[in-house]
Amino acid sequence: MTRLLDVENLTLQFDTDEGRITAVDNVSFSLEAGEVMGLVGESGSGKSVTAKSVMKLNPSNAIYGEQTKITLHLDSGPVDIMSLKTSTDLQVVRGGAISMIFQEPMASFAPAISIGNQMVEQLLIHSDMNEKQATELSIEMLDRVGISDASTRFKQYAFELSGGMRQRAMIAMALSTKPKLLIADEPTTALDVTIQAQVIDLMKDLVTDFGMGIIFITHDLGVIAQTADKVAVMYLGRLVEQGSVRDVIRHPAHPYTKGLIAALPQLDDLDTPLTPIPGDIPSPLERPPGCVFNTRCSAILGDVCKQSIPKFATVTDEHQVACHLYNEGASK
Amino acid sequence: MSDNVLIEARDLSVHYPLRGKSLFGPVQVVRAVENINLDVGKGNFFGLVGESGSGKTTLGKALLKAAPITRGTVNYNDGEEQFDLTNLTTAELKNYRKRAQLIFQDPYAALSPRMTVRDIIAEPLEVMGLTSSREETDERVREIAAKCRLNLEHLRRFPHAFSGGQRQRISIARALVSKPQFVVADESVAALDVSIQADVLNLLKEIQQEMGLTFLFISHDLSVVAHICDHVAVMYLGRLVETAPTRELFANPRHPYTKALLSAIPSLDPDDRGKAQKLEGEIPSPTNQPSGCKFHTRCPFVTDQCRKEEPILQHSSNGHEVACHRWEELMV
Repeated sequence: MTRLLDVENLTLQFDTDEGRITAVDNVSFSLEAGEVMGLVGESGSGKSVTAKSVMKLNPSNAIYGEQTKITLHLDSGPVDIMSLKTSTDLQVVRGGAISMIFQEPMASFAPAISIGNQMVEQLLIHSDMNEKQATELSIEMLDRVGISDASTRFKQYAFELSGGMRQRAMIAMALSTKPKLLIADEPTTALDVTIQAQVIDLMKDLVTDFGMGIIFITHDLGVIAQTADKVAVMYLGRLVEQGSVRDVIRHPAHPYTKGLIAALPQLDDLDTPLTPIPGDIPSPLERPPGCVFNTRCSAILGDVCKQSIPKFATVTDEHQVACHLYNEGASK
Repeated sequence: MSDNVLIEARDLSVHYPLRGKSLFGPVQVVRAVENINLDVGKGNFFGLVGESGSGKTTLGKALLKAAPITRGTVNYNDGEEQFDLTNLTTAELKNYRKRAQLIFQDPYAALSPRMTVRDIIAEPLEVMGLTSSREETDERVREIAAKCRLNLEHLRRFPHAFSGGQRQRISIARALVSKPQFVVADESVAALDVSIQADVLNLLKEIQQEMGLTFLFISHDLSVVAHICDHVAVMYLGRLVETAPTRELFANPRHPYTKALLSAIPSLDPDDRGKAQKLEGEIPSPTNQPSGCKFHTRCPFVTDQCRKEEPILQHSSNGHEVACHRWEELMV
C-alpha cells in the first residue's frame, strides 16, 4: 500500500468570546490509499474539525498548533497542507484531491441551482473538461450511484429529490473529480436504516472501484464495523485508541471505547441492561487535566490519571491505546 | 373496551388536505394514518417503529388529540376517568391534557432559554391549575426533579447551562410533573449520544415502573425499542403492518418489512458484512399511495394478489398480529 495522508501532532484551538477552546489536542494518524478509516466519538469530541483540518476548512478563528504537520501524498509529490495560505492554493486540495460529503445533503446543495449545474461547475473548476464533457461525466456518475433516470435528475433541484437520493447525488458529485481522499462526515446519520444500508453498500463498491482513501466520521459503531478497515476513537479532542476495526471493536482497550460498546443497545442481547457511561462530556472550556476521560472513567487509577497525559501504548501490532492502565512511565 | 387497556384506537385515520396544489382538480390528501386498530395496555411500554414518513408521529399526536382525527374512534380509560377523543368538550380536553403528556425529540428546542429550570417544570402545574400555592408547586417540582436526578442547584439555572442528557431529563420532568397516566415519547433519545442515551432510557424505564405509567415510545431505532419496550408495533405508510410482544417480534419477525428493517441494522461484527437482506427503493409518497399492500413496491415476495388487495392485520399466534398475504408461507 502507498501512504496517502500523514497527520502529525494536529492541535487546533478556537478563539471564542468565552476564551480559547482546544478542539483538537495533539492528534496524529495516517491513511493508506484505498483504506477506510473510521473516526468515532461523541458530539464535541473534535472528529469533524479534525477531518476538516485536512483541507484547512475550519473557520477563520481557528489557530493551528506550531507542531502541526499535514502531508497529502499525491502522484505529483507531497503537499504540505499547512503551508497553503490562499484559497487559490487550497483549491488544489479542496474539491480536487480531497472531496467531502456532509451529513445533511439538503443543506449542502444550493437550493436555487440545479443538481446538474452544481456538479458541472465544480468539474469546470477542478479539471480541464469543457462543459459538454463535464455534463456527460456528471450524468454518468449519477447513474453510477444508482439514481435512475439520471439525465432527468441532472436537471432537477435538491428539494425534488428524496433524502436517500440527495445523499447519492452528493456522493456522485464528490467522486466525479476523482479525489484521492474522501472525507465523509456522518453521511448516513440523517437517513433511515434501510436507506443507510443502501448508501453503505454503494460506498463500499465505490472504494473498490476508485481506490481512494476515506475518512469516515460517525458516532455509530455499527456503521464503522460495516465499512472501516481501521478505527480511531476520539474523546474531547484527543485520540484515545486506534487500531484495526476487528481489534478495536472485539477487544476494546480504552475504558471509553469499552463504555461506548456497553452503552450500545444490541439486538442479539436483550437481557443485559444498558450501561451508560456516567456523567457528561465536559465542556471544552473545562478540559480536565491529565487524561481527558478521568471525570467519567470507571477504571480510574488515582492521581496519575488526573495529573499526567497518558502516552500511546501498544496492545497488539496494529492496536494502540492512550490509557494509564497500559503504560507505566507516563509523561507529565 | 377491556379493563387492562388504556387507549383503544379503532379504524383511526388522519388525513391532511393539501391546499394550493391544484386550483380546480380534486384536492390532494395526505393519508398520514390509515385505518389503525391499536390497543395500548395499562402500564405498557409500547414501542412504535417505522421509517420517516411512516406516520408514527402523527399516530402519537392523534392519541393525544393533537392531530385531527378524520375517521374512527379513540377511547381512553384509566379506571378513574374516560374520554372519547373524537367527541371532547373544551373542558374535557383540558382534563385529558392532565392525563396525557408528550416528551419531545430535541431537548435543545423544547426548553425556553429565558425560563429557569424551576419555572419550566412548574409551568404545566400553573397552567393546569393543579396546585393552589407556590409552596405546593415548589414541592411538586422538587419531587419530580429528584426523580429525574436533577438537584436543587439545577432548578435555579437556565437551560443553556445543561448538556443534552440533562436537558432531556428536564423535559421528562416537565412532562411528568402533572402526574399523567399516558406519555408519548417521540424520538426522545434520538438526539443524544450513545453514552447518554442509555442513561435516559434507563431513567424512563425506572420512572415508568415507579409511577405505573403507560408509555408510547416512538422511535426509528429498533435496537433501542428492543431494549426498552415490552410491546412493539411496526408502521409503514400510515398502516400498522405488524405488532407483537417485543421478544416475540424480534425472535420471529413475520412481515417482510420488519425482517428487512431488522437486517438493515448495521452489525457490530466486522466479519458480518454484506449479509443483510437489502431493501430496494424508498417509502412511497403518502399523497400518491400504491394500490393493494402498500409495501408491494419494495417487497421481494410480491405477487399479483399483493398488488390488488390490501392485507388486513390478523392475529397469528403468541399475541402476534401481521398484515401480509404471504406471512405463513414465508415462515417456512
